[in-house]
Amino acid sequence: MTSNELEERLAVFLQRQYAGAAVRVDNLRLLTGGASRQTWSFDAIIRETDGETSVPLILRSDPRATPGIVTGKTEFALLQAAHEAGVPVPKVLFMGDQTFDVPCMVMERVEGETIPRRLLRDGKYATARKAMTPQLGEILARIHQISLDSPGLKALPDLAGGASPAAYQIDKFEQLYRAITPDPHPTFELAFRWLRERARTMSKIVPALVHGDFRIGNVIFGPEGARAILDWEAAHVGDPMEDLGWIAIRSWRFGNDDAPVGGIGSREEFWRAYEDAGGVVDAERVHFWEAFSNLRWGIICIMQAKTYLDGRSKSVELAAIGRRVAETEWELLQFMEEW
Amino acid sequence: MQDRPTADELLAAVEGFLRDDVMPNIGGSGSFHARVAANALAIVRRELTHEEAHLAAEWDGLAELLGAARRPESRDAERTMLAARTAELCDRIRRGDADDSEFRRQVLQHLRMSIRNNLLVSNPRWIGE
Repeated sequence: MTSNELEERLAVFLQRQYAGAAVRVDNLRLLTGGASRQTWSFDAIIRETDGETSVPLILRSDPRATPGIVTGKTEFALLQAAHEAGVPVPKVLFMGDQTFDVPCMVMERVEGETIPRRLLRDGKYATARKAMTPQLGEILARIHQISLDSPGLKALPDLAGGASPAAYQIDKFEQLYRAITPDPHPTFELAFRWLRERARTMSKIVPALVHGDFRIGNVIFGPEGARAILDWEAAHVGDPMEDLGWIAIRSWRFGNDDAPVGGIGSREEFWRAYEDAGGVVDAERVHFWEAFSNLRWGIICIMQAKTYLDGRSKSVELAAIGRRVAETEWELLQFMEEW
Repeated sequence: MQDRPTADELLAAVEGFLRDDVMPNIGGSGSFHARVAANALAIVRRELTHEEAHLAAEWDGLAELLGAARRPESRDAERTMLAARTAELCDRIRRGDADDSEFRRQVLQHLRMSIRNNLLVSNPRWIGE
């Protein structure tokens, strides 16, 4: 769809949503492309009797429906539930309809920055750096408290595997690895066995909503701190400690290796804020999930590089990411030698 | 024998162009991808420098774990055989041979060396180099 076509269709669609008010679409531009998921930014100019209102909005199209990826109605419901639970998220407004060629939704546009290097290095974000670790701890506790009985959340992928999400996820990623890897990885072979052994003796869990990709890079921040949590596609029912492990892996520290939480904060500060907001930290399980998260990220790197190797993408970024697998292997060796 | 510039010098020229001319002037996601592309060339340059030594170390490490074998002359054949021997190591790990024993200690030691070498090429900063 060309930008002009989209502009027209959006105006027609929004006119209906805003009860027949005259709506014009301004400043439409593609933020992130890709065949599977597009994000467009635009302003809806709504004409009312006493003048015009400009509403900053986002149109996001869905990727092709993939099992285990949260999209469409479920994502819409999830973002609504998060908003109601006090989690900062872009407020979702409308589900797209047949006006558009692909499933999509309209949400409010949260202005700010997402690039981790800017957060970690720019003077402009000094206050944000101080504020973010406790903010993220508190936000994560709120996410984990969202009721699984909230409307629309029944369709979330259940990765709790009864009461052992750890064993379930090791199996899932082992299968994925075996299906796609172009090279043998002895470190991953050791890690599958080693993690499975640890999962066997882990305490039982109470399944909760897990964000699944909670890290800087998926947070919109401003100079004052966190403004919105993005990228809910990996959300699932599982062990909440998974999110605490995932955020702490070295790959999300962007060079600030001595600050485990996103290259900005300590585990202690993050955990304290999480507990102050009503969460309960199980340090041993977090440690397990941190080790597992390195394996998961390593296999995702293989998966992304594979899209280049198979000719499905020409992206130099996806090609180069294949060489990042070694980073996760190095971290896994550390875990296996130190435990 | 090719004339100067050498392969490494040519790659350095393109890497410099991407970093110094493209990145600052292209803006947006183009700048990010130019950085990724420059980094990819830096990886290739380090690989060309270290390749011979790293393949030899890999070969010796696997020979110690799995027994000696005749090392092929051509580099392609050597790569194929290294992959096959590494797959054999994977099979032994899956059978439980490295669960808890002297063999586990040896395997971990080999992997430390092998992955360290990979990182020396792909991202030396990861190991403080």
